[in-house]
Amino acid sequence: MNDVTITLTINGREKTFEIAAGEKLLEVLRREGYMSIKKGCGTGDCGACAILLNGRAVNSCLVFAAKADGGTILTAEGLSTGEALHPIQTAFLDEGAVQCGYCTPGMMMSTVDLLTRNPHPTEAEIREALSGNLCRCTGYVKQIRAVQRAAELMEEGGADV
Amino acid sequence: MSDRARGFATVGKSLRKVDGRALVTGKPEFVADLQLPDTLHVKILGSPYAHARIASIDTSAAEAMPGVACVLTHVNTPTTRHTTAGQGYPEPSPYDTRMFENKVRFVGDRVAAVAADSEAIAKAALNLIRVEYEELPAVLSIDEALADGAPVIHDEADSTGIYDVARNIVADVDIDVGNVEQGFNDSDEVVEVTCETQYAQHTPIETHVVLSYLDGANRLVLRTSTQVPFHARRIVAQTLGIPMHRIRVIKPRIGGGFGTKQEILIEDIAGLVSLRTGRPALVSLTRKEEFVAARTRHPMRVRVKLGAMKDGRLNAIEMEATSNTGAYGAHGLTVLANAGSKTLPLYNKAPHAHFYGQAVYTNLPVGGAYRGYGATQGYFALETAMDELADRLGMDPIELRQVNHIRVGETSPIFEKLGEGREGVSQIVNSCELPRCIEIGAERIGWARKRGKRLKVGRWVHGLGMSVMMQGSGIPEIDMGAATIKMNEDGSFNLLIGATDLGTGSDTILAQIAAEVLGVPLTKMLVTSSDTDLTPFDVGAYASSTTYVSGMAVQRAAEQVRDQIFGVAAPLLDVAIDTLSLHDEAVFATAGNSVTLAQVCQRAMYESNQFQIGATASCVPTQSPPPFLANFAEVAVNLDTGKVRVVHYVAAVDCGVAINPQMAEGQMEGSVMNGIGYALTEEMILSSKGRVRNPSLFDYKIPGMLDVPAMDVVLVESYEPTGPMGAKSVGEIGINGPIPTIANAIYDAVGIRLTETPFTPERVLKAMKEASS
Repeated sequence: MNDVTITLTINGREKTFEIAAGEKLLEVLRREGYMSIKKGCGTGDCGACAILLNGRAVNSCLVFAAKADGGTILTAEGLSTGEALHPIQTAFLDEGAVQCGYCTPGMMMSTVDLLTRNPHPTEAEIREALSGNLCRCTGYVKQIRAVQRAAELMEEGGADV
Repeated sequence: MSDRARGFATVGKSLRKVDGRALVTGKPEFVADLQLPDTLHVKILGSPYAHARIASIDTSAAEAMPGVACVLTHVNTPTTRHTTAGQGYPEPSPYDTRMFENKVRFVGDRVAAVAADSEAIAKAALNLIRVEYEELPAVLSIDEALADGAPVIHDEADSTGIYDVARNIVADVDIDVGNVEQGFNDSDEVVEVTCETQYAQHTPIETHVVLSYLDGANRLVLRTSTQVPFHARRIVAQTLGIPMHRIRVIKPRIGGGFGTKQEILIEDIAGLVSLRTGRPALVSLTRKEEFVAARTRHPMRVRVKLGAMKDGRLNAIEMEATSNTGAYGAHGLTVLANAGSKTLPLYNKAPHAHFYGQAVYTNLPVGGAYRGYGATQGYFALETAMDELADRLGMDPIELRQVNHIRVGETSPIFEKLGEGREGVSQIVNSCELPRCIEIGAERIGWARKRGKRLKVGRWVHGLGMSVMMQGSGIPEIDMGAATIKMNEDGSFNLLIGATDLGTGSDTILAQIAAEVLGVPLTKMLVTSSDTDLTPFDVGAYASSTTYVSGMAVQRAAEQVRDQIFGVAAPLLDVAIDTLSLHDEAVFATAGNSVTLAQVCQRAMYESNQFQIGATASCVPTQSPPPFLANFAEVAVNLDTGKVRVVHYVAAVDCGVAINPQMAEGQMEGSVMNGIGYALTEEMILSSKGRVRNPSLFDYKIPGMLDVPAMDVVLVESYEPTGPMGAKSVGEIGINGPIPTIANAIYDAVGIRLTETPFTPERVLKAMKEASS
């Protein structure tokens, strides 16, 4: 069953896993305890399982784990350590962008991707960058604002207090 | 902000969610985030036919497969008839469902379940189950259901609570006020509109999921994604035939509900697997299974006839609703009744009113509770008819509403005549800022400036539409919420509530109410919710009840605790109890001297006349004060493609005092966006055999971030004297707005009256072509 060995650097720590050949990153990472990664469809339509793979947001339900071998991964668990929150986490909380929270980790990972490449996005760029992350609770209004606020906080170098 | 709300320290503030930190740091808080050793994975076999009898079922090969622990079918499971609808007991929905049955009634209906060591094994074993079906003629529309000689869908002898089995009618409602025929005869103008709504789904991003296991005392624990933990406990006990005290239901964080998780869909299967095998069992619907076999919004055909005088005053209103409840009658009666009970009281000036309707079985996906709950379907027809009436009378649609809508101090006979599946409760409206909502909304959208102008930008024509509505706040004299508060010696409190936060923020706002009464910051109010072992009873999250009903229970419990605190503090301060006040984590005498809450609790716990400071209180509301909403939309219609784009949407809502304004806005923004999807793109497409043809989020289009119009949500505050801290509800009302508002805006833009949802480019283009030919 476990016929492939892969090594991934997840949230700064290198880990080696035995996986089955056809497994997707979503299944492997959840099995290894990265529960922030949510399954909403398994077909790449909702973005709840988005993670950063080698710096870019991907739907982990669509990526064969074997193909990610040697890669670097960031999940919501790795956004912040200890008491302080990442500015994106702070902004999502303060702007009311979180309701049930199921889409939130994926939404935040797409935000990391966007703000890394484009620290000052326009509203249109935010909508485009997060268009693959579905949310049924918020109507997106406060999420758009949260991304704008996160950009400001990152510019200021601010973290949570 | 109203004068009475001004003095609040915690209420009325947009504080962070109490569960927010866990959610943004990705903590394993959801059902499937708990991994237990030896967990069985359960897969369910669905019927390939819309209507069939199971002649034989052979599970021997599946059972023999290595790794398969248990196979469930109608042959080896309890046969108790029940309803999957999680409602107050006894439920107003018929008992027409068995765990498994030798008859299937829609494509996807349960045939068998396999529990195995892995999902892959469970899936493989499903393929080894041999089922011989005898296909029966299927009923695939409302008209087919009601036709003479139609196949009878629930011909079994042991179902109860069905209005007319032989005619496939699950429920029938008929109420009269005055004499509508007389009313229409006496009217200057009469309009009639019939609207039809489609099959649509809730699509929470987390599908239905449950993890069951036996605890150390051999009790069954259901960790489940539910809106109704206490109803789930009762219905699972009933279905499985085990004592209720053997079941504990825990709702952890859940990924949205919108009504679909007011239904007990998979808990019975997981529970039985655990009971039979002693092992944990996980049932997690795939997105496709969710689309095919979970619940939907009841498609309805609603006819509204209005009679009015020349000055716009309504003389008679008639609404006839026919609801398609699908294969089972879950929420069939109550959703139907609410199409009238949540809409008709709005126009209380009409002396003559008539509501009647039927909910019918079909061999199609099952209707259930869905945010808006019948009012959504009712308002489409009512507010379309009002727009048409305004047009005929040559009146501004705003003015027509102003002449007719209910106001403070007024009532409607409908409140008493029509409730949720039975008689309602008479009430007088205590708070209504609808006039201001209309005024503010009209101003924001540019009503006077833009309406009727048919502004053309390239091939896009712009138009404006509006609608108004009300909902309720809980089900009066039926719903109950309860809360327990106990004090700790550092001056903090535990708030234990049966209320169910499905992402709505109710844990937070209920804590805000308690913190307000007890004079502590939110960080000192520690919330435990939705655990049938640890928290007091609450009906759960539905009917826009939590803020109003559970919130009042919390306020009462907090007031009792405050009185106990005063009782301890008075001798310490050596003053009379009635001179004390509580704020800033201390009890103050009028002279200004004080004792801290920590000192009070330390005294009560360790020093003198020791006792636990704490109280439990309940609320069963006697009224259901309506929130009010004025909707305005600017749309653009493409003359070549028929595509409709919402340019600007304004929702001005009176929800009483918003306990947490940011969260109240969030409820409105989310429900409006869901309503826009329902109006424009969302539709479950069914094959000629009754199969859902688009069971994915790729083919069933819910709005994404690119689809959000410029959106203004305005909270127009009132003070509801019967509500906790002046609050009413806000959870559902917003979803009712987009369909009629957008339909009326399309009419303003291009002069076509759309009566069938969703307003896809095909429908709009076809209607424009028909109108021009």
